[in-house]
Amino acid sequence: MSNLLKVENLSRSFGGIHANSDITFDVNEGEILGVIGPNGAGKSTLFDLITGFTKSDKGQVILRDKNITNIRPDLICRLGVGRTFQKLKPFADQTLLENVIVGALVKEKNLKVARDKALEIIDFVDLIEKRHHYAKELSTGQRKRLELARALATDPKLLLMDEVTGGVDQRTIPGLVELVLKLKKNGITVVTIEHNMKIIMDISDRILALNQGKRIAFDTPKNISQNTQVIDAYLGTVDAA
Amino acid sequence: MTSQVIIQAIISGILMGLIYALIAAGLSLIFGLMEIVNFAHGDHLMLSMFSTFWFWMLFGIDPIFSIPLTIILMAFLGVFTHYFIIRKILNSTMLIQICATFGLAVTIRALAQFFFTPDFRTIKNPIIQGKFEVYGVFIGYPQLFASFVCLFAFILLYLFVTKTETGTALQATSQDRQAAEILGIPSNKMFALGWAIGLSCVAVAGSMLSNYYYVFPDVGVNFSLFAFVAVALGGFGSINGSLIAGVIIGIVESVGGLLIDPSYKLLYVFAVYLLVVILRPQGIFGRY
Repeated sequence: MSNLLKVENLSRSFGGIHANSDITFDVNEGEILGVIGPNGAGKSTLFDLITGFTKSDKGQVILRDKNITNIRPDLICRLGVGRTFQKLKPFADQTLLENVIVGALVKEKNLKVARDKALEIIDFVDLIEKRHHYAKELSTGQRKRLELARALATDPKLLLMDEVTGGVDQRTIPGLVELVLKLKKNGITVVTIEHNMKIIMDISDRILALNQGKRIAFDTPKNISQNTQVIDAYLGTVDAA
Repeated sequence: MTSQVIIQAIISGILMGLIYALIAAGLSLIFGLMEIVNFAHGDHLMLSMFSTFWFWMLFGIDPIFSIPLTIILMAFLGVFTHYFIIRKILNSTMLIQICATFGLAVTIRALAQFFFTPDFRTIKNPIIQGKFEVYGVFIGYPQLFASFVCLFAFILLYLFVTKTETGTALQATSQDRQAAEILGIPSNKMFALGWAIGLSCVAVAGSMLSNYYYVFPDVGVNFSLFAFVAVALGGFGSINGSLIAGVIIGIVESVGGLLIDPSYKLLYVFAVYLLVVILRPQGIFGRY
């Protein structure tokens, strides 16, 4: 299996705080890579660095042998990287269909073709009956699907998903998880940040664990669940005394 | 007072209101896109009027034929303004942004006074002049033509923003810059385009106004004041709102001046504005 993404020694500080320090990992084509870590571990900053929203101080991001470090987000999207946000960013005053058309227009210049493609993708994320609803009228779970549909409309080879199941009710979670697995079946490589440990262990091929901006583990879910550093980061170190 | 006089005032108000609307649409588009208030908008209108005047004065080109030339000049000025001033203050505090566009306004006006002198100028014998009468109501050809051109420009702007791929990208950028960027939309190019379109709107309005209005360095002040009220009344960022608000302001100014006292025209406009702000702070169609 070949590497789709390689991240080497990626670092970024804000003032004296090291948000990301020498982060190194790779993502194989077609896999789901989970990213875990307590709040403030640097997970979203890592996504910002990969997608060009934040400039790195050091290190590089390689997408299929092309160095994409610190290039603009719109160019990174055109190279095949899609992204959803932890704090949802739908175009609130546009309908679901219009939102997805915006994504489809990256590759399709014809509005009608883009509209047909958008409808197909909306059907894929099971929101076809809501296509004419304004984004602001949708529930959190539906907005998550909207963002996913919008990102898929750009034809990404790599999709970065920031907390897919965060902030949604328990009944909505299985549908969203199923959707992520459907993406993998369709050949899309996924990197997902997730707080729900059961979900991340179930769906990921490998897991990257961060704590205080540093990589503390990068392994299979089974090994990660037994890693003492990961356990310490989540549960705290037990004082032997 | 006869009904004819009132109808006359309403028609004059609508004709002037359509010009206010187009000026306000440019201002609203720029604000909606990047949340920056262009305090130099009136001075950009003044530059458009001078551009039209000098095309006539130096080359004998009538205002109706110099519109495309003025649009090109102003669009380039818009792109230049974005890349050399606005882009550098985009992530600054609001105070810095206000100072930057206000400083730009003062600079443009001072340069106009220096190079063009404060004299009042007019375009003599333009192709479109004179007036006609319908049931005792007089309508000037230049005013009628100007309002038609502004309305046509407004419709083109609306179709561009709502029906084209680039317009869709502009709308997306105005709603969420980061989300638009990750969908492959280059926000900086969109901002530059927004400035080009915004200043093209004042180019059309300025060209048409110079057909029948004095051209002088301070001419933009009153128009920009009405444009700001129109944008706030229609709703910041709403192009449709600018059209409705521009026409309302034109009618209130004209009818208020007729029924009460013309010297208090501004007062009536601001009274309507205050009423709307109290009842609906985001304006008629606004989202802010």
